[in-house]
Amino acid sequence: MNEITTIARTTTLKDWETDQEVRWCPGCGDYAILKAVQRTLPEIGAVPENTVFISGIGCSSRFPYYMESYGFHTIHGRAPAFATGLKLANPALDVWIVTGDGDGLSIGGNHTMHIIRRNLDCQIMLFNNEIYGLTKGQYSPTSRVGTSSPSTPYGSVDRPAQPAAFALGAGARFVGRGFDVSKELPNVLKAAHAHKGTAFIEIFQNCIVYNKDVFHDFAAPKGAEDRQLWLKNGEPMLFAKDTKGIALDSEALTLKVVDVADGDWQAAGVIVHDVTNRSVAHMLVEMRFGEFPMALGVLYDDPRPTFEAEVWTQNAAAREGKTADLQNLLKKGQTWTVTEGGPEL
Amino acid sequence: MATAVEDKAAGSESFLSDAVVVRFAGDSGDGMQLTGGQFTLSSALAGNDFATFPDFPAEIRAPQGTLFGVSAFQINFGSSSIDTAGDAPDVLVAMNPAALKTNVPTLKPGGLIIADEGEFNDRNLAKAKYDSNPLEDGSLAKWQLLKLNISQLTMEAVKPFGLGNKEALRCKNMWTLGLALWMFDRDRQPLIDWLHAKFAKDPNLAAANAAALNAGHAYGETAELAGPLKQHHVDPAPAVPGLYRTLTGAEGIALGLVAGAQLASLPMFFGGYPITPASAILHHLSRLKEYDVTTFQAEDEIAAICSAIGASYGGSLGVTSSSGPGIALKGEAMGLAIMTELPLVIVNSQRGGPSTGLPTKTEQSDLYQAVYGRNGDAPMPVIAARSPGDAFECAIEACRIAVQYMTPVMLLTDGYIANAAEPWHVPDLTAYEAFPVEFLTEVPEGGFKPYGRDEKLARPWVKPGTPGLLHRIGGIEKEVDTGHLNYAPANHQAMTDIRKAKVDGIAVPDQIVELGAEGGRLAVVGWGSTFGPIHQAVRRKRAEGADVSHIHIRHIWPLPANLGELLGSYDKVIVPEMNTGQLKTVLRDQYLVDAKPVNKVSGQPFTIAEIEAAIEEALA
Repeated sequence: MNEITTIARTTTLKDWETDQEVRWCPGCGDYAILKAVQRTLPEIGAVPENTVFISGIGCSSRFPYYMESYGFHTIHGRAPAFATGLKLANPALDVWIVTGDGDGLSIGGNHTMHIIRRNLDCQIMLFNNEIYGLTKGQYSPTSRVGTSSPSTPYGSVDRPAQPAAFALGAGARFVGRGFDVSKELPNVLKAAHAHKGTAFIEIFQNCIVYNKDVFHDFAAPKGAEDRQLWLKNGEPMLFAKDTKGIALDSEALTLKVVDVADGDWQAAGVIVHDVTNRSVAHMLVEMRFGEFPMALGVLYDDPRPTFEAEVWTQNAAAREGKTADLQNLLKKGQTWTVTEGGPEL
Repeated sequence: MATAVEDKAAGSESFLSDAVVVRFAGDSGDGMQLTGGQFTLSSALAGNDFATFPDFPAEIRAPQGTLFGVSAFQINFGSSSIDTAGDAPDVLVAMNPAALKTNVPTLKPGGLIIADEGEFNDRNLAKAKYDSNPLEDGSLAKWQLLKLNISQLTMEAVKPFGLGNKEALRCKNMWTLGLALWMFDRDRQPLIDWLHAKFAKDPNLAAANAAALNAGHAYGETAELAGPLKQHHVDPAPAVPGLYRTLTGAEGIALGLVAGAQLASLPMFFGGYPITPASAILHHLSRLKEYDVTTFQAEDEIAAICSAIGASYGGSLGVTSSSGPGIALKGEAMGLAIMTELPLVIVNSQRGGPSTGLPTKTEQSDLYQAVYGRNGDAPMPVIAARSPGDAFECAIEACRIAVQYMTPVMLLTDGYIANAAEPWHVPDLTAYEAFPVEFLTEVPEGGFKPYGRDEKLARPWVKPGTPGLLHRIGGIEKEVDTGHLNYAPANHQAMTDIRKAKVDGIAVPDQIVELGAEGGRLAVVGWGSTFGPIHQAVRRKRAEGADVSHIHIRHIWPLPANLGELLGSYDKVIVPEMNTGQLKTVLRDQYLVDAKPVNKVSGQPFTIAEIEAAIEEALA
């Protein structure tokens, strides 16, 4: 593997800011996410020269220009493919992919599926604002049915994709969720970074111009405790100041909301969150907001060997005991020697 | 198993000359490619020069006996220089009626048909849409016909080995090969050794195949005693002493890429997606991991090129490969590699188009796509290989340009070169000049400029992981020197001019004249795999006294600096291409020269005769 000499040093939020003017709309949720990332990186001991932000196209994909690290703003939807080549070339790099609902689930849905399936070690931050911002407000693959937009003046009719369910379906070993202005977001990012393999994080992001307050129902500070379920490994799934919880409806084999009396969540059958329980994770990503609170935090985290490690291991095994003498290689196959006396084997 | 040979051949000396074209044709399952490949080896060992042309269907397992399921292998071998797989075959081996029907029209008048009459039953005749048996109805009268029940002869030869019916019949191709070996006075032993190595796990099967081969050979001897089947010896072609091997274009590309990466002192990353006829390059490289090669089969063509760009960004030599439809998908990513000025080699094994077109047939119709086929002003160097051996040299050249000029480079080859084999004098690698890459690792004097430039106008290559050189790149227009985002009109003009000047300024060797004089009545200008037929046609016409020269262009973009003047020194210029006139357009545009197109888009290579006719017409 390529050796990277890391000079141990601490960084601050300021060290991760570039001299470039940030050009998102005033009030855009991206500002909060940028700060959350810049706040998180010093805390996890990230080293700027070993850190690479790779993005596709869209509002969110401008992100690398504002991070004082290495960065590659690529083409629409394809960031995972660039990341795959980069990590195979140098597995020591710490790669973050920044994408959006259009970039990562529409034009780039195929690559999102395959990077997750292969389990490349990286963090994918999918900024979900349920709209196309940079192209001025068309509905996106996560827009709700009936979304009125320049391309759907009578409302959209197609059903939205569910990013976390998509990721888990593609084989994700880490699924996290947060939203732009949440104080908890850095903790989700830290957990994602600590996970070896593809860590998929859906970040609800408020597009102030084209889809303002679309997540207000659960993200608004007022009444948030009733509408947000922050999952913590090993702890019961409680919300609404511990007066409600999530339990299994063992007849219907679905989740249900139960009331918790006097803090006795065991009696109410509330589930203890186990981040390695894939079956429950499948139910959590399918939990519909409204009937249920919005599940946030680390929904699932159960690592497996990474793609680049497997490739490097196989390459090393294939190279074992072989010399890379190209001149010898050229002589392989059906050969013969021409001498003065004619050809011979 | 009656032998019947038309009278025409009786008593005559051989109808064959010192250059012979043999075409083996049979059902997809008859093993014709294997037979052809082994016959090629025996030609090499006999010291003949040769060129081959495998011609197989797009269907993997086409229904047996059908016209579209015919697989053929043509070889041209001789005692002097051979440049093409030959125009019209002298000998056609037809293993069934469909093979006869699809291949006999090109057979030379007076040529020999060897047909397996055991397969000419009513069912197979119907599948080949024959109303009556051509072996019996006199419709093949202009050729010599040798009908043998190869199926039955093979069954008898392998009887002692107790194979099942189906397995026994599969030895037919070895029986046929044995006959061909006898016919051209070849040594059997290397092929018997090969059979024993191939079937090492099943010695009985090896022995059965060897017995079939020997029986075919013995049949030739006996038949000669009895009749007109003649043995024909082709003398060795003069060759420079040294080590030789057979090389296909796909092998030439793969080995050349490995050599190129080594000369650049870089690990190679190859991102590919399966597509005919380019997949063979991915297959070859996947087995060469010890040469610091990493291969990645991506989820699609776009991911294949993007992963290669990602690897180049990380400090490897990124390579991707495809054929027309896949190259179309890669177009946007090529633009990004141009914009971010990262090295990349894109191999395009051209096939018949547009759309899916003719996946297994050859064409040169992606030249426009290579030179012009991207959005924006997106200049990119393009190199075209003329033969399997030349593909090795071109792959090295593509790597050199990519890393020295920090640019994507397209290497054009085609289905014909990819699959064709030729004898290759194994080169001495120490004779190649290395071009080791130096990454920027420290802030240079005057400060770090991600888009600063050297004398070749190349920007510095910085690997992520390098302290002190943090920077961001991307597809948005870059500011001169700093690489920051910049939409200013003057900056875009300046950057567009720089990108153009960089590619225009790539050092390309002056164009030479392959055959004939510099200046004169007629230049025949070609590129890529048309080299063989053009070269032979010009040679023949010059032997007849015609004032004609052959110019073959390797560097399609940028073109050699002297090319305009060189073309201007001829009264006429014709450009034979397997497309509707693409290089012709480029030459007219660049030099205002009245280049005339000579076009063929049938999925088959030019014949020498076709080029000769074009020369005659131009000189008339």
